[in-house]
Amino acid sequence: MKKILIIGASSAIAQATARLYCAEDVHFYLIGRSRRRLKIVQEDLMARGAGKVEIDPTDPVRLADNQGVVSRAVQVLDGVDLALIAHGELSDQKACETSAEKTIRSLNINAISVISLATLIANHLEERGEGTLVVISSVAGDRGRASNYVYGAAKSCVSTFMEGLSHRLFRTGVSVITVKPGFVDTPMTEQFEKGLLWTQPEIVAEGIKKAIEKRKSTVYLPWYWRWIMQVIQLMPDPLFKRIFPVSEVGKDQSESHVEQRAE
Amino acid sequence: MKSNYSSWGLTGQKSQKVQKIKWRTDKLPELRAGLSLLAYGNGRSYGDSCLNKEGITLDTRSLDHLIDFDPKTHILRCEAGVLIAEILSNFVPRGWFVPVTPGTKFVTVGGAIANDVHGKNHHRRGSFGNHVLRLALRRSNGKTLVCSRTQHADLFYATIGGLGLTGLIVWADILLMPIDSGDMQVETCRFETLEQFFDLSRESEWKYEYTVAWLDCATKKQMGRGIFMRANHCTGPARLTGKGTDKGTSLPSGLPGFLINNITSKAFNALYYHLHPEGFVEKRQSYDTFFYPLDRIRNWNRLYGRKGFFQYQCVVPMEGGFRNIETILDEVARSGIASPLAVLKVFGEIASKGMMSFPRQGITLAMDFPNAGASVLNLFNRLDDIVADAGGAVYPAKDARMDKEHFRKFFPQVDTFKHYVDPAFSSSFWRRVMG
Ligand SMILES: Cc1cc2nc3c(=O)[nH]c(=O)nc-3n(C[C@H](O)[C@H](O)[C@H](O)COP(=O)(O)OP(=O)(O)OC[C@H]3O[C@@H](n4cnc5c(N)ncnc54)[C@H](O)[C@@H]3O)c2cc1C
Ligand SMILES: NC(=O)c1ccc[n+]([C@@H]2O[C@H](COP(=O)([O-])OP(=O)(O)OC[C@H]3O[C@@H](n4cnc5c(N)ncnc54)[C@H](OP(=O)(O)O)[C@@H]3O)[C@@H](O)[C@H]2O)c1
Repeated sequence: MKKILIIGASSAIAQATARLYCAEDVHFYLIGRSRRRLKIVQEDLMARGAGKVEIDPTDPVRLADNQGVVSRAVQVLDGVDLALIAHGELSDQKACETSAEKTIRSLNINAISVISLATLIANHLEERGEGTLVVISSVAGDRGRASNYVYGAAKSCVSTFMEGLSHRLFRTGVSVITVKPGFVDTPMTEQFEKGLLWTQPEIVAEGIKKAIEKRKSTVYLPWYWRWIMQVIQLMPDPLFKRIFPVSEVGKDQSESHVEQRAE
Repeated sequence: MKSNYSSWGLTGQKSQKVQKIKWRTDKLPELRAGLSLLAYGNGRSYGDSCLNKEGITLDTRSLDHLIDFDPKTHILRCEAGVLIAEILSNFVPRGWFVPVTPGTKFVTVGGAIANDVHGKNHHRRGSFGNHVLRLALRRSNGKTLVCSRTQHADLFYATIGGLGLTGLIVWADILLMPIDSGDMQVETCRFETLEQFFDLSRESEWKYEYTVAWLDCATKKQMGRGIFMRANHCTGPARLTGKGTDKGTSLPSGLPGFLINNITSKAFNALYYHLHPEGFVEKRQSYDTFFYPLDRIRNWNRLYGRKGFFQYQCVVPMEGGFRNIETILDEVARSGIASPLAVLKVFGEIASKGMMSFPRQGITLAMDFPNAGASVLNLFNRLDDIVADAGGAVYPAKDARMDKEHFRKFFPQVDTFKHYVDPAFSSSFWRRVMG
């Protein structure tokens, strides 16, 4: 029986990934801050054929609870084969700019809590001498942009941490995978106009599963983001700033939930 | 991928205000002055019944959770945004099939209920609503009502085939059908005339779960010829093939409209007919190949170019049905407009549950037409008259143009139905036919 731990299990990408494992004999341990949502995900995975699904409504961002929740998961699952850390929040960049407090909050949600949990899980896997840790970072961490650099900074922190962790656990039998999705149509990005570069969580999920099977260390999803980010990273600063003018900032991030969509 | 809230015919692309319903526990959005609500499933309706141009569209695709499946009772409870494709990829390997499926698997359970969709087994199992045992309906007064044949029965019957107007369907209990195999035993046969079609249909009804015919509606002199198909799920040792073709090829947007015209339609139809040998051909096909040939190319609707296309689907009663289908085909032939794709099927006697359901005993004919403007619309108006005189109906799921008078003739029960419409819900279709 495959034993899978998911943190931020209500995330659309995490759910799509979990569903791919339901055809196998699997035991899930789901963590997230909302009991109601975890229950919905639990029922879904059960109906799709998962063997066992346990839920543990604990806020992953509350660092004080991290050790406890990971220990419980390890105990209930009797060792973790695969762990996925997926929680994250696309912070309101404009609000962060005028509030150090909100900036710190975003870093806590998107970086600190992730690193805390990744540390605990990695140590468990190292002790077991096998297993896979997958963390969802983002292409946004590859280069700072005026429109989302607080979120980007957090993701960049996570990516660098994971890079190092993967290096540390090289040859231990544990695989450490950083996933960098591009634009994905999920609740997190509801307020954006969806264009050509957007993809669905199911596509990202398939990429995650493949990366796990192939024991990749970093994977861009879909694949073309590797090349897009390569170009963006290589762009000289003056050019970069001209291509992404600051006036564009916030244009695609509207306050209102109901957005006018042009076809 | 675009945030594309249009309908399948691509004739009425409209910008819309959209809100995602992310979880089944979410409330309906706050009502704003003058803005009505309408659930959007997967936009596989051809016309404007899934559009709400002046109001708010509720994107239901995040309601994609299964809730429970009980193999003893065959009941699957799932959220309304679950696609039939998703049910099949999960349950075919476990030996289950949906009891009724339309010609595309990319429809949601909510959409299948709201149009009370039919499939090639109507003569055996009626329409989708016949297999819905319960549904949860979220109304704009904040209440969520569990409706069934015994609880809020009126609302239950109004919601099946209710065009999304009675509220948001949140989840439903549907009966799955056990199968031995993911494959189909298929037999196809050419026919020259409508009489032959009816004979084939009649003789196949008892022994075959699925019957349908492709009809040549492009070749003037040959109208009435076609290819008849009948099939059963394979039995015997289980061979439950899993995943279907979920991706398929995609076509780019902005293709030129001239790809489908009278000449290409005629050529395609003639070729299709003549490639089929005489007599019955038997073959074993995957369920995907048999049910969903069109799903292979994800957005084949783009082949029609910028102006999009229409489908005209009507049903006429059995009695005099043969004559009426002939009259319709004559009218199409006279118009000189070729239909690249037409389908004919006999609906059986199982009554639809829905107050407003389209399926009823008789003969149904569906024809695609490129959007050639006035000439096609005029043809449709003449067809509406024929269908109305015959006591038949035109299918709202496929319609983008019928007028109020004809709608009333096709669905006289609308005066009862409208009492069950949620005061906050409306659609572009509804305003067109009732406004
Ligand atoms: C290639 C192709 C073949 C087809 N073949 C057939 C066929 O053989 N038989 C047949 O009957 N139809 C057929 N159709 C039509 C299609 O099955 C129907 O239009 C179906 O309703 C589309 O479902 P959808 O999920 O895309 O819903 P949409 O088209 O998005 O919406 C359809 C209706 O359902 C309502 N709705 C959707 N979700 C909800 C919800 N959660 N709560 C309340 N209302 C809701 C909408 O308001 C709207 O009124 C075909 C369509 C295509 C493109
Ligand atoms: N969507 C994209 O375009 C995109 C691109 C690159 C990377 N990513 C990353 O992919 C991951 C999954 O996101 P998604 O796209 O699947 O979005 P999603 O469906 O909106 O999921 C977000 C998840 O994060 C949790 N979460 C959000 N804010 C939280 C908070 N303050 N405290 C605790 N938990 C919180 C949510 O829990 P609740 O359900 O309880 O709210 C949910 O589980 C995230 O790490 C995201 O940064 C997404």
